[in-house]
Amino acid sequence: MTPKAPSLFDLKIVGPAIGESFKKLDPRLMVKNPVMFVTMIGATLTSFAVFNTPNDRSFIAQLAVWLWFTVLFANFAEAVAEGRGKAQADSLRKARKDTVARRLRNGTEERVPAPELQKGDTVVCEAGDVIPADGEVIEGIASVDEAAITGESAPVIRESGGDRSAVTGGTRVISDRIVIRVTMEKGHGFLDRMISMVEGAKRQKTPNEIALTILLSALTIIFLLVCVTLKPFGIYSGVDFSLPVLIALLVCLIPTTIGGLLSAIGISGIDRLIRRNVMATSGRAVEAAGDVDVLLLDKTGTITLGNRMASAFLPAPGVQAERLGDAAQLASLADETPEGRSIVVLAKENFNLRGRDVAQPHAKFVPFTAQTRMSGVDFPANGGVARSIRKGAVDSMRTYVDGLGGQFPEPVVKTVDEVSRSGGTPLVVVEGREVLGVVQLKDMVKGGMKERFAHLRKMGIKTVMITGDNPLTAAAIAAEAGVDDFMAQATPEAKLKRIREEQAAGHLVAMTGDGTNDAPALAQADVGVAMNTGTQAAREAGNMVDLDSNPTKLIEIVEIGKQLLMTRGSLTTFSIANDIAKYFAIIPAMLMVTFPVIAPLNIMRLTSPQSAILSAIIFNALIIIALIPLALRGVTYKPIGALAILQRNLLIYGLGGVIVPFMGIKAIDVVITTLKLI
Amino acid sequence: MFTYAILRLQYLLPLNPQHLGPLSPDLAFNTAVSFTTNTNWQNYGGESTMSYFSQMVALALHNFASAAVGIGLAAALVRGIARHSAKTLGNFWVDLVRVTYYLLLPICLVFAVFLVSQGMIQNFKPYTQATTVEGATQTIVQGPMASQVAIKMLGTNGGGYVNANAAHPFENPTPLSNFIQMLSIFSIGSGLTYWLGRMTKNQAHGWSVWTAMMILFLAGVLTCWWAESAGNPIHHQLGVAAADGNMEGKEVRFGVFNSALFATITTDASCGAVNSMHDSFTPLGGFVPLFNIQLGEIIFGGVGAGLYGMLVFVILAVFIAGLMVGRTPEYLGKKIGAFDVKMAMLSLLVLCLSILGFAAWAAVSEWGKAGLNNAGPHGLSEMLYAFSSATGNNGSAFAGLSGNTPWYNTTLGIAMLIGRFWMIIPIMALAGSLAQKKVAPASVGTFPVHGGTFVILLLGTILLVGALNFLPALALGPIVEHFQMLQGKLF
Repeated sequence: MTPKAPSLFDLKIVGPAIGESFKKLDPRLMVKNPVMFVTMIGATLTSFAVFNTPNDRSFIAQLAVWLWFTVLFANFAEAVAEGRGKAQADSLRKARKDTVARRLRNGTEERVPAPELQKGDTVVCEAGDVIPADGEVIEGIASVDEAAITGESAPVIRESGGDRSAVTGGTRVISDRIVIRVTMEKGHGFLDRMISMVEGAKRQKTPNEIALTILLSALTIIFLLVCVTLKPFGIYSGVDFSLPVLIALLVCLIPTTIGGLLSAIGISGIDRLIRRNVMATSGRAVEAAGDVDVLLLDKTGTITLGNRMASAFLPAPGVQAERLGDAAQLASLADETPEGRSIVVLAKENFNLRGRDVAQPHAKFVPFTAQTRMSGVDFPANGGVARSIRKGAVDSMRTYVDGLGGQFPEPVVKTVDEVSRSGGTPLVVVEGREVLGVVQLKDMVKGGMKERFAHLRKMGIKTVMITGDNPLTAAAIAAEAGVDDFMAQATPEAKLKRIREEQAAGHLVAMTGDGTNDAPALAQADVGVAMNTGTQAAREAGNMVDLDSNPTKLIEIVEIGKQLLMTRGSLTTFSIANDIAKYFAIIPAMLMVTFPVIAPLNIMRLTSPQSAILSAIIFNALIIIALIPLALRGVTYKPIGALAILQRNLLIYGLGGVIVPFMGIKAIDVVITTLKLI
Repeated sequence: MFTYAILRLQYLLPLNPQHLGPLSPDLAFNTAVSFTTNTNWQNYGGESTMSYFSQMVALALHNFASAAVGIGLAAALVRGIARHSAKTLGNFWVDLVRVTYYLLLPICLVFAVFLVSQGMIQNFKPYTQATTVEGATQTIVQGPMASQVAIKMLGTNGGGYVNANAAHPFENPTPLSNFIQMLSIFSIGSGLTYWLGRMTKNQAHGWSVWTAMMILFLAGVLTCWWAESAGNPIHHQLGVAAADGNMEGKEVRFGVFNSALFATITTDASCGAVNSMHDSFTPLGGFVPLFNIQLGEIIFGGVGAGLYGMLVFVILAVFIAGLMVGRTPEYLGKKIGAFDVKMAMLSLLVLCLSILGFAAWAAVSEWGKAGLNNAGPHGLSEMLYAFSSATGNNGSAFAGLSGNTPWYNTTLGIAMLIGRFWMIIPIMALAGSLAQKKVAPASVGTFPVHGGTFVILLLGTILLVGALNFLPALALGPIVEHFQMLQGKLF
């Protein structure tokens, strides 16, 4: 699925969102957001004041209307964010058609509706069947179309045993037959969790969101106090502040901008994550991702391609490299392992040796067996054996050559050692009893890894490679991939210990992995990203699942986490900084009638006290709408260091927050005056 | 309680050569609270109500103790920041004793001797009767003054020995003594920022906090000086203006600049000693001291109290900025959570509630208005100033207000208690919570809590979060008054 967001104000989303904004006026829902709740109470009181006050009715009515708009705009922001998630949930729901499962019980098959399946049941799926529930393949191998959840049309292989055994309910088997043990009951499956996540139904406030809400609530209480005490001060000074005016001042001062957009920011964060095909089980994990500073990566399949590949031909003294390549290619033509195929490819690339027609009836392939621990090919000449090529590990080849009465040359032994030391695997090639040389097999580092790790370093994240290899090999690969640190000969216990140590040192640890042996570490890590191709155990243990199974997706996850916090921080700064301009609009307006001398404070030269107050309130409402796109998109994150980011955001949202409202309020005042609304 | 008893029974106790009677219950309550909370609000007149014994035992004890307590509390908070995964914040009594014996007493001894050398009196004689050149009889105050003044300044207590405080010739004899007294007000508050740097192993952070304080201080002094030098336009029109600005209520020995400087310093710190009458400042000149106190006296501040007040703003600044860089906010490696924000905001809320709440009550109650000397916006400034000063534990007064009434004695006393102890509770909770936290090592993703950006951020937070709250009330007080003065209307 491409990370393409629907247009910001898609009619399909905006339409229902407008309806939702009114539904959300329910006080029981509003009370969860103290800032907007206070605004709503203010709007209600002002509405009553319209009927109770004999004069200035038009002014108070307009004030009331805009106060209601402020509340509605905030609700609208939340509804739009939810709407975007809902659109996605609907497409997911289509995948969750209730199917009929073929349950195996005591060896016989019976058909039951999928919702009746229990944890531990076994079901059969054949080509064309929809997998009825999340589970683990316990028998067979099949290609599965997971487009329903990943959006990727290419089918994936799922087989019993190993690291590719997990299947997801709602996906479809394309070929073959598998037996699945159900691991999740209906309603708690992967797809269900995904739907509830995007819909925001189970959204809980994250720790930083809670802290920010407290800050905003406390500010609201303080400003409430300011406005309440202003009344007696006014009485003393002989100024009668009317209730609507005090409410207007209060609503302008309390941080409505951030208060109104806070939940929209949170929802859109999760939404953005899902657009990148990452499923988070909690918003907390997304937020934690922004703080991650140590990343543990499983080597195999993550940093490297996971298969050893031929990388060089190292001929014995006196042997042409091309002859070695030719022999190695011939010996590998029938070898269907990735290693065998890579030798064929390397010979083709290095010596332009095309794959020859080896299907000739005379060629006889010798497959790898546990006893001989070598493979090769024999070309029978008329009557005898013309060419006999073998390849294998150094020990078995030495025995083989010795057995034929040949000599194992010393320089080849040296080459073998060197290859081992550099992190590769040596494969000795012999023709007849002559040792031709060594094929160096190496675990290939995936393309672009170095740049990705450099990017992570710039973000302040240390990368640690985890591998079961010996330290020598591990060091060589670590250097090639450009990770900061590595951990060799890692057992599940060692991984867990490492994570605990990093955490004790105050780090926040992220871990990516796919195997069952990664599960404990994934569970212990603050952010555990399991690959969708991984085992069910791994997917259960982590708090995020990457549907694309791309380990460096973590970069994007971290960026989204950071964006989430940055957007909140920037809008809070903006919101608080706005107060300065609003003071300059409202305070002179409130005092002008009694103390005309204060006129110089009206630095914006607003037309009249009433237009000043109304302009400030209108600005306050409109700014929420204006900032919805930013809240949904998030503030851009660049890995340029914390200080540079702070300076940039402080300039844009701090200084901008001081200046923008001056211009905005003045502009609105001009419009109001021109339209003669006051 | 002990202080209250001494004040009530001072006529029975020794060292009372003037045979001064007991204080009224509400005044004794006010005074006892005042000195315990390091406020040193003076509703009493030093020379006319307090015996030597009361001055020395009851008040001096508190001068030392309340200062040491302030430093001890700041120490606890700083330790909370510096320590990690800790369960304790240090022993309060150990701090108290150490601060008193190793810091306050030695400096005070030297300082007191210096003050005597400048002509300050230090004796136990009864007051001297003198006949002036006009033939009138005048009572000249005597007593152990130098030793009291030393701790009054150093401990930012500010309770004057005589009613005129540092404007009195005996209590502030020479320009040099004036300068040294000002310096001593700032010395501990300023030094504590250095100590903050030392303790947290981040000296640059200590200096940054100091710089933020310094900028606010300079801004205050310059505004105040400018307003006072500009003087009163009405005087200019009448041609009676003093050459160097508004001299009303100022001691001619010190002049405008020294008075403005002293006023700013004494309100930046929660000292409250005065060498001029703030009430007679021009509206904007008076606005500065008032504003300083309402910021929570964080500009160097009262010994200890200034630092912990400032650290509350540091924590809030770090919280907002931390979000802006995209990380869970960290202060020196410690994650700031919901609890810390709650406590920090609570302390601001207490300040706001006490100042605005009581002042609003005073503004509409007969008791409150009864004490006013001046009408109009200036009267509002006086009430605001009184409760700001009490809540902020400053103790300086706008002086236009007659504070020695039962209502003011009681409400101001309560405001002082709130300002001191209700502030301490959230701050200690904050210290405890910070001490328990683990420290995350800094990386390129952590923003530094030193340098120019941090100072600007801190100043911004102080002004936006701390100061804006008082603006509407101030607008009705000094700001309106200022514009009215320009129009030629006085109160």
